[in-house]
Amino acid sequence: MKENVKVKEKYNMPLTVLLIIVGVFTVGFPLYMTVVIAFKSPSEMTNSIAGILSLPKSWSLANFAEAMEVTDFWHSLFNSIFITGVTVGLAIVLHSMIGYVLGRSKAQNKGYNFIYLYIVSGMFVPFAILMMPLVKQTAQIGLDNVAGVILCYVVFYMPMNVLLYSGYLTNIPIALEEAARVDGASTWKTYWSVIFPIMKPMHATVAVLTALGTWNDVMTPLVILGGSDVTTLPLAQMTFQTQFGTNYNLAFASYLLALLPILIFYLICQKQILNGVVNGAVK
Amino acid sequence: MKKINDRQRTFLLITIPIVALFFCFNTLPLIKGAIYSFTNFRGYGSYDWVGLRNYKDLFTDARVGKSYLFTFKLAIVATVVVNVISLILALALNSKIRFKSGLRGLYFVPNILGALVVGYIFNYFFTYILPGFLGMLGIEATSILASTKWAWVGIMIVCAWQSIAMNTIIYISGLQTVPEDVYEAGAIDGATGWTKFKSLTFPLIMPFFTINLVLCMKNFLMVFDQIVALTQGGPTQSTESISYLIYNNGLSGGQFGFQSANAVIFFIVIVAVSVFQMTVLGSKEEQL
Repeated sequence: MKENVKVKEKYNMPLTVLLIIVGVFTVGFPLYMTVVIAFKSPSEMTNSIAGILSLPKSWSLANFAEAMEVTDFWHSLFNSIFITGVTVGLAIVLHSMIGYVLGRSKAQNKGYNFIYLYIVSGMFVPFAILMMPLVKQTAQIGLDNVAGVILCYVVFYMPMNVLLYSGYLTNIPIALEEAARVDGASTWKTYWSVIFPIMKPMHATVAVLTALGTWNDVMTPLVILGGSDVTTLPLAQMTFQTQFGTNYNLAFASYLLALLPILIFYLICQKQILNGVVNGAVK
Repeated sequence: MKKINDRQRTFLLITIPIVALFFCFNTLPLIKGAIYSFTNFRGYGSYDWVGLRNYKDLFTDARVGKSYLFTFKLAIVATVVVNVISLILALALNSKIRFKSGLRGLYFVPNILGALVVGYIFNYFFTYILPGFLGMLGIEATSILASTKWAWVGIMIVCAWQSIAMNTIIYISGLQTVPEDVYEAGAIDGATGWTKFKSLTFPLIMPFFTINLVLCMKNFLMVFDQIVALTQGGPTQSTESISYLIYNNGLSGGQFGFQSANAVIFFIVIVAVSVFQMTVLGSKEEQL
């Protein structure tokens, strides 16, 4: 993204204004609605939409306190962070290793080429077909818990990440490894000291894509953790729907709490996230 | 010789456990699902082999047929809507505007939010805010989510709201690969406006169009979260997506075996659609 040179270039101001207006209405409005409803008390919610959409009389945090209690916010936040964090860590370590092995071997070795195609074709397997047997399987081996969810994610994101890592490796000259080998370093050591650090840009892409996917996913924890009282942040919104009842203010406070972590994260790392998503999709 | 062995041994030591893990949580359940599809398993208790009966029943089951019709209608309309809007938005965001990166950042926000929570927020919007607005315009309206005719449009809008963000960013990165001198050469030949887009810009970003179409179709065919949050398949099962039906009836409706057969067919459909799109669009790319 090149920045505009202010001196010469003329901005298309009407288009800028139009884009701002459209953006505020389509993207901003649902978020505005969430915020104002989350701060109001039920008595402020008149039947007219003007009443619903006006600013709250006071910016009281009472709804949020109650929502945190009802949905056990800290528990589900911790689970979400734990699941996403461990998944991303494992993805970077395991997927980069297998991506390296397959990326370096698939051209010369038929066996590795087969394994590469086998893993990458996993991308077309919809969760719907794995769901029912996975529920049975994880329950049988005592993995109907957070660890089971993480293992599932490590497997589900493997096809995409292997594709990304082995694609990235084609740009890294093999001479680098050979030089290390001549110096007497083992393959394992060469990988960690030479290859792994060089793949840093791809680690960022993999981290962003895997984190966004796991953070927002509902289906996997829903079926694997179903029946237990362990929840993730999005899953808690679903589980506690009935307890919100018609108290939409409480519900919206809870929705806002569920959206806040990722919004804050996006504000801080917007550039990395956008780059990661684009890199992942284009490659 | 020793060095080569070290490399091969290390590669094997990395590959075997990871492939074993992949097999256990991807291929094994896939095979198990295929096996269950030939049984009348209800999810518990004993079961018998029923041969191809589940598959025969699938093609005559009205509810399954309806879910395929709904899912494809949603996926096709949403894919068209998303790609048209994304392309226009990408062209606008890639032109000489102020606050370029800020605006790009703003338009990407829907994509990072969880589909389930977004669905709940839009549920409220469709149920209370939209009828309120229409009421102010003098149109009597109830929630579109309660209408068998219009509920799918509500789901489509929510799906599109999030996907447009993603596809726009991909189109923008496509537009940035088009070198400036192509436009300069085109300008000499008098290519402006629509002609410029049709014969210069679009052919050059064709690969990005392929990516977006394949991604969109695949994601929309697997739609689940939005259904849970907006309609739960209703009213009268008019918005039951394939994934939702498999989840609902397979896991709690006692149709484990039958829905496994449905899932096998669904898997084949997803592969067929993706391969079809990639070959058709891929051949168009080569002609350029």
